Amino acid sequence: MALFDAVLELADDHLVLGHRLSEWCGHAPMLEEDLAMPNMALDLIGTARTLYDYAATLEGQGRTEDDMAYLRGEREYRNLLLCERPNEDFAQTMLRQLYFAAFMHPYWQAAAGGGDEVIRGVAGKAVKEMAYHIRHAGEWVIRLGDGTEESARRMKDAVEALHLYTGELFEEGAAEGVDALPSRAAIKPAWEATIDHIFGQALLSRPVVQYPQTGGRRGLHGESLGHLLAEMQSVYRAHPGATW
Amino acid sequence: MTVADLGILRDVAIVDGVAVAKVTPTYSGCPATLAIELAIETALVEAGFEARIERVLSPAWTTDWISAEGREKLRAYGIAPPEEASGSKLALFGEVTVHCPRCNSTATEKISEFGSTACKAQYRCTACREPFDYFKCI
Ligand SMILES: [Zn+2]
Repeated sequence: MALFDAVLELADDHLVLGHRLSEWCGHAPMLEEDLAMPNMALDLIGTARTLYDYAATLEGQGRTEDDMAYLRGEREYRNLLLCERPNEDFAQTMLRQLYFAAFMHPYWQAAAGGGDEVIRGVAGKAVKEMAYHIRHAGEWVIRLGDGTEESARRMKDAVEALHLYTGELFEEGAAEGVDALPSRAAIKPAWEATIDHIFGQALLSRPVVQYPQTGGRRGLHGESLGHLLAEMQSVYRAHPGATW
Repeated sequence: MTVADLGILRDVAIVDGVAVAKVTPTYSGCPATLAIELAIETALVEAGFEARIERVLSPAWTTDWISAEGREKLRAYGIAPPEEASGSKLALFGEVTVHCPRCNSTATEKISEFGSTACKAQYRCTACREPFDYFKCI
């Protein structure tokens, strides 16, 4: 069931980050971003749906994608801590998106040549979407980092707040030894190259992390994931089996 | 404009007496996918077939699959069809020359990377002042 667990981990990353982005809908600093963030959320949630559906098929216990998303508690969620970090300000949201997309783009590129047909299909689509997310988030990181005194301060604060969660991106998790999926550790040089390229223009630098935070893959989450799930799952749990 | 023009409908074949339509969504989260699949199924049933829809993810849909006729229909409707990207799709602040669907000028500028749907960006023409949707190249 290593493939099942690994697919579930990926699906959880995408759903949780997609839900976080969707929280901006109606609250973005400008109309264009009010369109951009829900659009990026749709990409992530669409990918999550296909992955949950595949995980349910692999499991063969009759669970559906909705059961996977709405009927698991926070200790059962396997998402990266980075993905669940609260939106805070726009700078943090854009940096979180850049960190994630800069990993997923080369990851899906590697997965697109793998031996599993469903994963290849997901990867072929997602790699194009992640290229857009890197561009969009990367351009904002540069604008803000090399912007006003205020925006530069906020961008530096964002790096301070989020960089300690990036090490978890490269932990193999359940995918260890699964042929259908690429090695996560092997993605690190590509990720660092993208981040350095953007940070160079944003007048930012990658900090040395003293106390890296991990645990998401083992179901050990921050307080905020529980709040996210409570909101996301409340309708489905109040009306079990409802369809829409 | 048809779903075949857009390259979303990949194939229709009779398999054991059932009309099987293969459909490839544009974006992972395209909310129109289900509506499109239902419309195809309805059309097949109304034409007297027993019908089934198969969603095909691999190979991934690309704007290259939009037919020449489809591109013309997009333009006529006021949506700029996808252009060939000049450089890397990862290039920051990457410049793509987009033609205005109204006056064909290349004096256009991007307003927003994301538009009213996942597949479109927002541009404006500085020659004729028309704001328009651009079908992003993926
Ligand atoms: Zn014009």
